[in-house]
Amino acid sequence: MSSITPPNALAEADVQLDGDYKYGFVTNIASDVVPPGLSEDVIRHISGKKGEPEFMLAWRLKAFQRWKEMREPRWAHVTYPPIDYQGISYYAAPKQKEKLASLDEVDPELLATFEKLGIPLSEQKLLANVAVDAVFDSVSVATTFKAKLAEVGIIFCSFSDAVKNHPDLVRKYLGSVVPYSDNFFSALNSAVFSDGSFVYIPKGVRCPMELSTYFRINERNTGQFERTLIVADEGSYVSYLEGCTAPMRDENQLHAAVVELVALPGAIIKYSTVQNWYPGDKEGRGGIYNFVTKRGKCFERAKISWTQVETGSAITWKYPSVILQGDDSVGEFYSVAVTNNMQQADTGTKMLHLGKNTKSTIVSKGISAGKSSNAYRGQVLINQRATGARNHSQCDSLLIGDKCGAHTFPYIDVKNAASTVEHEASTSKIGEDQLFYLRQRGLSEEDAVSMIVNGFCKDVFRELPMEFAVEAQKLLAVSLEGSVG
Amino acid sequence: MLVIKDLHARVDGKEILRGVNLTVKPGEVHAIMGPNAAGKSTLAKVLAGREEYEVTQGSVTLDGKSLLELAPEERAREGVFMSFQYPVEIPGVTNAYFMRSAVNAHRKHRGEPELDAGAFLKLARENMKLVAMDEKMLNRAVNEGFSGGERKRNEIFQMAMLAPKLAVLDETDSGLDIDALRIVASGVNALRSPDRALIVITHYQRLLDYLVPDITHVLLGGRIVKTAGKELALELEKRGYEWLQQGAQA
Ligand SMILES: Nc1ncnc2c1ncn2[C@@H]1O[C@H](COP(=O)(O)OP(=O)(O)OP(=O)(O)O)[C@@H](O)[C@H]1O
Ligand SMILES: [Mg+2]
Repeated sequence: MSSITPPNALAEADVQLDGDYKYGFVTNIASDVVPPGLSEDVIRHISGKKGEPEFMLAWRLKAFQRWKEMREPRWAHVTYPPIDYQGISYYAAPKQKEKLASLDEVDPELLATFEKLGIPLSEQKLLANVAVDAVFDSVSVATTFKAKLAEVGIIFCSFSDAVKNHPDLVRKYLGSVVPYSDNFFSALNSAVFSDGSFVYIPKGVRCPMELSTYFRINERNTGQFERTLIVADEGSYVSYLEGCTAPMRDENQLHAAVVELVALPGAIIKYSTVQNWYPGDKEGRGGIYNFVTKRGKCFERAKISWTQVETGSAITWKYPSVILQGDDSVGEFYSVAVTNNMQQADTGTKMLHLGKNTKSTIVSKGISAGKSSNAYRGQVLINQRATGARNHSQCDSLLIGDKCGAHTFPYIDVKNAASTVEHEASTSKIGEDQLFYLRQRGLSEEDAVSMIVNGFCKDVFRELPMEFAVEAQKLLAVSLEGSVG
Repeated sequence: MLVIKDLHARVDGKEILRGVNLTVKPGEVHAIMGPNAAGKSTLAKVLAGREEYEVTQGSVTLDGKSLLELAPEERAREGVFMSFQYPVEIPGVTNAYFMRSAVNAHRKHRGEPELDAGAFLKLARENMKLVAMDEKMLNRAVNEGFSGGERKRNEIFQMAMLAPKLAVLDETDSGLDIDALRIVASGVNALRSPDRALIVITHYQRLLDYLVPDITHVLLGGRIVKTAGKELALELEKRGYEWLQQGAQA
């Protein structure tokens, strides 16, 4: 086991720190950072920098007005000191040439950073079937395989490019699932978001490869506010992957993203996340506050499936949800949330059954170790109209050691008697008997823990695309290092 | 091979083993019998390194190397295998994945290259035949939903896979039907070898009909109170343990 890195070792240099968190390095690159603070001027500045059309600026300003009237939510089962929203810088972009015609023009330092993260951006080197959009601090630096996707009419680009090149699509769908007024963090994001990914899959098209976005926070004192919008037109299919890492820093950093999915009639969207933001050190110093709003809307016969593996962040506040608006639509949520040391997670989902014969499945696996706290919060709503709706929820918690906590908050609201809602929950501890059994066969204690935990998570892992599943298993092992004994 | 000297162990403030002495040579089969709660399983677990049990006195060596300082996994890799009286379930982990990881942990320890999936499967198939286990069991979660008898077969299959120096079989016969007992016992017999020692904990002569011990011990009140040949088991079958009780009190 490697030792923990003292905070003062966090030099500005571009070095791989010798710590448990292997993504904790900092890239030394000149960047264009807006001074801390939030005001209309800052928003105009961000919008201007990006050369946005008038409708975007107007939308941002409305969101900002609304945000000022809102309060930070306090209902989640997490505690943290007040966030100074005027102490955050709302825009950081790596300085590079204005317009990038091809990957060759991307700053080699940046490419190297993504290589180090295991995300090679040069197209020849890429895994054959994953197109990547890489977001560094707040700005998308490279989108690969654009041309190949364009052949079948798929748009996969940075959000900024979408605003410029496909303003009608953006205008039509932006905020259609998560309105800026939805909650405190979505309002903040709507006002200041700097970039993110945009995907449009045309009617009847099956996206020929996995699309993926890799988010990276690098700058100190910045927040990251990206926005993802995926529109799957009628009868189309797309599988989308999202990964995230950040340097180790001993202050907290805010990440407030918004993801909107629109599945038009008969479309299928599969959205997978492996979230590995820096979780802070063992004493709870530093780490990312991950306050994210993710929601999808299903029209008739459409299906949205969220799969998430959450191992990072000091605090996770996140409820990927599905509005089952169309009849016969399907929502799924498969989640593994791991907390260790001082981490806190309050995560779950909302399945809103509005249409007839809508179906949802929730499988949540919470693993708590150290002194961490892990809460599942889920809502299943069956509306009056939703005759024949069905939900099945399964929420299992696994405890490692006796200083951690697991909580389950299921909210079930059934307004139509001709529907079925089933909720199962369990809490177990990793058994000494199980550990001893595996160790007696020659497995180290850490391998034994990770084997038991992986077995516990199997129902979720099998929903992940292959390469992601392997990465997720390794991540889990790393996150739980030193959690027993 | 195995030398246990004056071994004392306690759990929960209670002394369970109270001075066990036992020497087992390579190739030998020793049977340990004794009434319920005598400390037989405790002895097996102490040998395997279960941390719950605190060794307060005595020594245990395997080929001259002290075991007591080693973690359970280190003992396992040194060649100590224990077949559990109550094998636990590991949900979501397939038998195949579990055994491949275990076999490779042993190989790594010996500085041998890891087995790939194909080589593993070949080895596993051979060893499953030994205990007439259905190959499908490889893809089921470890012991999950296994019947009592299936679990015991699975234990001996694992023993075959790991090829230990010393195997301690804790009531491997309990839960087996008449045919299964014969099959499993003959599987264990096939695993006997001049450089492997077996300690067989059992309550019944039945198993020993197939798996004939060189030496039989009675463990009572945390001590070995009687040691004899294979005929001792037959005598115990007739007379019970009452007549040995006196000696144990002394
Ligand atoms: N973890 C434990 N905590 C408390 N007491 C224990 C523990 N393990 C064993 N004991 C006690 O130690 C004694 C010996 O138990 P052990 O399981 O070794 O008996 P055994 O000889 O294997 O019996 P059986 O034939 O019933 O399997 C029993 O009284 C048991 O209750
Ligand atoms: Mg016993």
